[in-house]
Amino acid sequence: MQMEQLYQEIILDHYRTPHHAGLRDGDAEVHHVNPTCGDEVTLRVRLEGTGPDAVVGDVSYDAVGCSISQASTSVLTDLVIGKPLPEAFTVLGEFNTMVTSRGAVTGDEDVLGDGIAFAGVAKYPARVKCALLGWMAFKDATAQISDRQDSAHTQTGAQR
Amino acid sequence: MMIGEATDTAPEQPGAARLPLDAIRADFPILERTVRDGKALVYLDSGATSQRPVTVIDAEQEFITTANAAVHRGAHQLSEEATDAYEGARARIAAFVGASRPEEVVFTKNATEAINLVAYSLSNATFADPAVQPGAARFRLGPGDEVVITEMEHHANLVPWQELCRRTGATLKWFGVTDDFRLDLADLDEVITPRTKVVAFTHQSNVLGTVNPVHVLVAAAQKVGALTVLDACQSVPHQAVDIAALGVDFAAFSGHKMLGPSGIGVLVGRYELLEQMPPFITGGSMISQVFMDRTTYAAPPARFEAGVPMTSQAVGLGAAVDYLSDLGMKVVADHEHELTGLALDKLSALGGVRIVGPSDLTDRGGAVSFVVDGVHAHDVGQLLDDEGVEVRVGHHCAWPLHRRFGIAATVRASFYLYNTPDEIDALVAAVRKCQEFFGVAPAVGAARGA
Ligand SMILES: Cc1ncc(COP(=O)(O)O)c(C=O)c1O
Repeated sequence: MQMEQLYQEIILDHYRTPHHAGLRDGDAEVHHVNPTCGDEVTLRVRLEGTGPDAVVGDVSYDAVGCSISQASTSVLTDLVIGKPLPEAFTVLGEFNTMVTSRGAVTGDEDVLGDGIAFAGVAKYPARVKCALLGWMAFKDATAQISDRQDSAHTQTGAQR
Repeated sequence: MMIGEATDTAPEQPGAARLPLDAIRADFPILERTVRDGKALVYLDSGATSQRPVTVIDAEQEFITTANAAVHRGAHQLSEEATDAYEGARARIAAFVGASRPEEVVFTKNATEAINLVAYSLSNATFADPAVQPGAARFRLGPGDEVVITEMEHHANLVPWQELCRRTGATLKWFGVTDDFRLDLADLDEVITPRTKVVAFTHQSNVLGTVNPVHVLVAAAQKVGALTVLDACQSVPHQAVDIAALGVDFAAFSGHKMLGPSGIGVLVGRYELLEQMPPFITGGSMISQVFMDRTTYAAPPARFEAGVPMTSQAVGLGAAVDYLSDLGMKVVADHEHELTGLALDKLSALGGVRIVGPSDLTDRGGAVSFVVDGVHAHDVGQLLDDEGVEVRVGHHCAWPLHRRFGIAATVRASFYLYNTPDEIDALVAAVRKCQEFFGVAPAVGAARGA
């Protein structure tokens, strides 16, 4: 049975006891849904510092969904909280590459930590969106913060 | 067409015709394949799309290899034969669903397009040229008018009406669903009023399996002069449907859910209405006369079939209708009823499984949706798939209905004439295995005591 490979213990652990769950203060909040199955996540990101020096201060979330989407959001928070933003994006890129690779890329444990447990998802194209739900929400939220910082920056620049 | 001799060994009730299951299964080549490392395929997703018998596949192939040409265009022999095949299919499909005449059958891409055809024709009535179409005025909608739907609609019979209301300024209203999964018709006369212009509703819910009381809604609509639109996607494939007897003005269904090809759907409309309605899609084949500055329209159904239509698909659907007619829809419905009863009983007996739909068989079709306590529907679907049991998971394009019951997603098993009681057992065993995998299996027999 391949199910043990898909649903590795790490995934089931994160599903039963999600890390950093619940909504706390953030600089941006996004709401993402998977329109094919109705899974939803509301996710907030708080950054410390700005621009390339920004560090992920907190990622908090409220989600309904399957074990894969719930667990991958939990793993996401473990991996990115406390990391400089560019590094967090490297992790995101690596995770994305792995789960969309149809099994060709197994993932680097040094970069992905518990995230490599999701390598099995790549073999089930219908589940890739589940695994990426929280990650895409994180990407969107940080982009919103950066956009706001950029436009605030240009405005101050223009005033000078 | 041959369906083969009955080899089914189930005890025959005197007088009750049964489906020759083994012979039927032999007609569907796909059912022989295996999935996920050699597991026998248990296909329980016919509500989404059904499989095709060899007669349908052969009819399409035969058409393509012997008579392929653009229909209604050209005076050569191939075109004549293609047109005959296309129109012959139309006539058989019309007879199958009880349309009053073949010209009441309009071919579309699918049921979704058929419903959109009606919705767009109604909004196009606002812009119709009175010189070309004096009768179109009666289809106009505007502020103060109301369109009535239900909370159990598939998005295909929901979004087009929302959009029509948005375009025209009409108001959308709907019937709710009761806690026991039936349409809530308690305020029938407050929902359907003299302001109502359209009542659109499903014959059979693709999630709950609920079969709605068509005559009640038709009577209420007729009393106020409203048009009725029946989403017959889940009824026409599974039970005898006589559209003229039901009294609806329009009915829509899809070929791919009734053993036919994808890429073909049907709108059945009362001819005297179709005759007055403006076109939806315009272009070639739907015209009577074209000048540089104006066009007059062909009579229905051509008016609603612009461009070169899908032809082998229509022929394939004709063969599907022949296959179903040869078996008899009563026998098909009885068989599915039996499977549905087995599934409801055996799933409930597992414990920790909640059926989202009526628990009895009265006015109920063969879509059995459920949730497994403690396991998300997606995960259930994955575990079932690993056992070769193919079901649908999610909201099944009925998101508001799921929201109504506070559920994000359900698992849906849906049955057809080729499914067997053994496959119900395979479903139930796979659900049990899934409960064990996720550590939520109730103790055996717990369901009864709970
Ligand atoms: C009740 C109901 N209505 C409408 C549709 C839409 O059918 P199609 O996607 O073939 O247009 C479906 C199919 O999923 C259905 O089950």
